[in-house]
Amino acid sequence: MFAFVIQRLFQAILVMLVVAFVSFSLFQFVGDPVNNMVGQDATEEQREALRERLGLNDSIPVQFMNFVGNAAQFQFGLSYRLGVPVEDIIAQRLPATIELVLVSAIIALAVGVPMGVYTGLNRNSPISKLFLTVSLIGISLPTFLIGILLILIFGVWLSWLPTFGRGGTIDFGWWETSFLTVQGWRSLILPSITLALFQLTLIMRLVRAEMLEVLRTDYVKFARARGLSNRAINFGHALKNTLVPVITIIGLQIGSLLAFSIITETVFAWPGMGLLIIQAIQFADIPVMSSYLVLIALFFVIINLIVDLLYYVVDPRLRVERGGGGH
Amino acid sequence: MSDTERTPLLEVRDLRVEFPTRRGTLVAVNGVSFDIKEGEVLGVVGESGAGKSLTGSAVIGLLEPPGRIAAGEVRLKGRRIDNLPYREMRRVRGREIGMVFQDPLTSLNPLYTVGRQLVETILTHRDVSEETARKQAIDLLAEVGIPAPERRIDQYPHQFSGGMRQRVVIALALCVNPKLVIADEPTTALDVSIQAQIIKLLKRMCKEHGAAVMLITHDMGVIAETADRVAVMYAGRIAEIGPVRDVVQNAKHPYTHGLMGSIPMIGHDTDRLTQIEGSMPRLTEIPQGCAFNPRCPHAFDRCRSERPELIPVDDTRVACWLFDEGAKKAAE
Repeated sequence: MFAFVIQRLFQAILVMLVVAFVSFSLFQFVGDPVNNMVGQDATEEQREALRERLGLNDSIPVQFMNFVGNAAQFQFGLSYRLGVPVEDIIAQRLPATIELVLVSAIIALAVGVPMGVYTGLNRNSPISKLFLTVSLIGISLPTFLIGILLILIFGVWLSWLPTFGRGGTIDFGWWETSFLTVQGWRSLILPSITLALFQLTLIMRLVRAEMLEVLRTDYVKFARARGLSNRAINFGHALKNTLVPVITIIGLQIGSLLAFSIITETVFAWPGMGLLIIQAIQFADIPVMSSYLVLIALFFVIINLIVDLLYYVVDPRLRVERGGGGH
Repeated sequence: MSDTERTPLLEVRDLRVEFPTRRGTLVAVNGVSFDIKEGEVLGVVGESGAGKSLTGSAVIGLLEPPGRIAAGEVRLKGRRIDNLPYREMRRVRGREIGMVFQDPLTSLNPLYTVGRQLVETILTHRDVSEETARKQAIDLLAEVGIPAPERRIDQYPHQFSGGMRQRVVIALALCVNPKLVIADEPTTALDVSIQAQIIKLLKRMCKEHGAAVMLITHDMGVIAETADRVAVMYAGRIAEIGPVRDVVQNAKHPYTHGLMGSIPMIGHDTDRLTQIEGSMPRLTEIPQGCAFNPRCPHAFDRCRSERPELIPVDDTRVACWLFDEGAKKAAE
């Protein structure tokens, strides 16, 4: 187990170095940032001084080393657009995205898994068919359309829920949370449902397909032949065997929720990372873009690490092979 | 005791299993009747598709939908079980009828230790503490010949070999002492070298636990060694049923005869194994009359038009017009 974690950590560091290199290269390809930062009538001396201050005159390997060293301490330099440290902007935006993703992931799981189990077990019931039909809509409608429809219905027509921003937030150290106010929760509802809908239908369909597969296996038949209760068979024996693929997909999906909540955040004017990166790209704000890249990669690496550890917990077959050093 | 002698443990009467399909109903098992007495081993043989496994599944109530029992009845100790509601049937399964499946590699849940699966089954049917159940589980593992059961009980199925897993499966099927065990091709997926061991184990375990066995197989050799009586199935019907000695050594039905001819025997002076020409008809195109008539070397007109019922001949019963006294007289 320990050796396995060490091995995975080593791989993670390698991945992060590669990503760091890619995001570092961004600086080399997207023009001269100095032009953006100084006024049009700046002298050559002023430009040179700025270059020196930004470390742009060092050799490329040295620059890369500095970049990695700083990134490891969560320092990504000054934003070209706002002129403040990137890490401060991110610290301000990240909580909004993480909270949004967390809530929608919980919605997707808490609704998607039971629906998947239900439709898998009762394949021919009318409710299952309804779920499947609705899920088709969830899978095929684009996020922005769902978001706009929700705004139209619950915001404009019914005026039940706020349609933009985070509502009230409370500072928790540097972490601004909307979990502690009613207004914050109300503001979370529409965007998190919008973000969750696709994941929910995906998880439901995946769990359903896996359940159908597992229910056909010999060990489920044998469990029936031994007279075990339906609950023990469906949840103890069948559902647990669907977990490995489900965990895989959920891990990947949470990663992409973090990375690509851009559309939802734009529709709901949610002050998160997605909105930040859109603005950064429009302005060619390289430090923000590259730090975003590194951060997202870090999230993916961490999630994958957790997923690997969960495999380990769920499936004993993997445990033994690794424990025996069979690689 | 006399009462149990009169009522067989299992009675199957005119069992008919159907599969409704878009192009009509397929009859996979048709008018099958047999008894199993307490402690008896009934072998059920036939080619694949003869309906033997379906008969077994129908008895324990585990036909895969859309397959269903369309007619007939199944009685266990005189009590009808084919129409029991799911909840009550669940109490019959495992507790009164155990089942052993073909493939030990896939019969056990890979995510749970064998001990957990045994304990779970014991606790489902018996009102004992978890500790007692665990002790019983260890005893059972020892009984089926698994070395160091105290250690092995906490291992996962993938840590057992195929033969060892089938031993675990047998322990699972017998863990609450059912009166009947349905063994559906219990050795087909195993290495030849282990097959004999497992069959011997199955027979010994069932004897010790007082369970009758319905042994489904296509291996006549296994039947000859193990069974007390044999039912030969062909195209969803019983072709011949009787004591194993009579059926093996003095096969009456031409199909049984053909099956016997296809077993290699050491010390016999035949150079070649006989084979039955052709293959079993598909369910959609079962011929009129006796289903075996197109392949039968002795077929005559009546076989092509009229279907034979089981006719008693000595201790066996045979579904073949060759043994119909009336027909014989008419021919003379």
